[in-house]
Amino acid sequence: MQISTTLAADNAVRFYDNGDHHPQQGTLLGFWIYLMSDCLIFAVLFAVYAVLGRGYAAGPSGADLFNLPLVAANTALLLFSSVTFGLAMIGMQHGHKNAVLSWLAITGVLGLAFLGLELYEFSHLIREGAGPQRSAFLSSFFALVGVHGLHVTFGVIWLVTLMFQVGRFGLTTENKRRLMCLSMFWHFLDVIWIGVFTFVYLMGVLP
Amino acid sequence: MSEHLNASDDYSEYHASVKGYLTGFFLSAVLTAIPFWLVMNKVLPTSGITALVILGFAAVQIVVHMVYFLHMNTRVEGGWSMLALLFTAVLMLIMLTGSIWVMYHLNTNMMPVHDMTEMRNMP
Repeated sequence: MQISTTLAADNAVRFYDNGDHHPQQGTLLGFWIYLMSDCLIFAVLFAVYAVLGRGYAAGPSGADLFNLPLVAANTALLLFSSVTFGLAMIGMQHGHKNAVLSWLAITGVLGLAFLGLELYEFSHLIREGAGPQRSAFLSSFFALVGVHGLHVTFGVIWLVTLMFQVGRFGLTTENKRRLMCLSMFWHFLDVIWIGVFTFVYLMGVLP
Repeated sequence: MSEHLNASDDYSEYHASVKGYLTGFFLSAVLTAIPFWLVMNKVLPTSGITALVILGFAAVQIVVHMVYFLHMNTRVEGGWSMLALLFTAVLMLIMLTGSIWVMYHLNTNMMPVHDMTEMRNMP
């Protein structure tokens, strides 16, 4: 009724959707939802660790194995890398390509240092006979911390890729979008690490 | 309207500041240092209290990271990001408490088998 009278009035097609509710950043929302699903993967691994984490099979416990100063160093590296990535994003806001590239490089080095320490810890544990096959506790420990380490590894690969992209094509709209996705990914990994160092390492050494 | 769309295409609605990152860093450093200090120096009398306190610190630090590093608030993406986050938090809560609860009861209600010699005599 209403439509036919309107059409009759000016005899033209009218669009009532003026774009007000169009999602402004489909990619960023989509990436956020990916991160939430990744969060569920980690939740499963945390649940497995919560259930199996005290199953030592007469082997070493967290109190015997974990080296807290090393974990503190790893935590500091990841926290610093979150801030340096933030500074890269501020460089991006101001359109300073070189600032973005240098902060990204520092972030990448901090990420690699984190991975180096983690690999050192893993190899040390395996050499001591506390590999993932030793007990349920160690299986779930290597699964949880290893999956986090893999995420950081792929984050570093992505970061180096984006450094080449920004170096070659500059701060284009596409590169800005990619940098914002990686920024969310990187900060997200730091959030997961809060759970890891609290739940696995700190609570693991409590008597 | 068209100006607004152009602005969002350019990602200039992304508001980050050096001050925000440094505040987040300072808070995170404090919220990380205290749990490490509590555990390494055995400040609190029992493990149970220590565990509860450091879990509390972790929860606060996660909120700090969400606010200062991930710039999460109820206005991002018209509230959809926050909705997804809350939904995920509810799922995680159900999954974690459910798993721990069920598996704890499964363990305590298991028939005790103290060593392998008893196991050999079982039917």
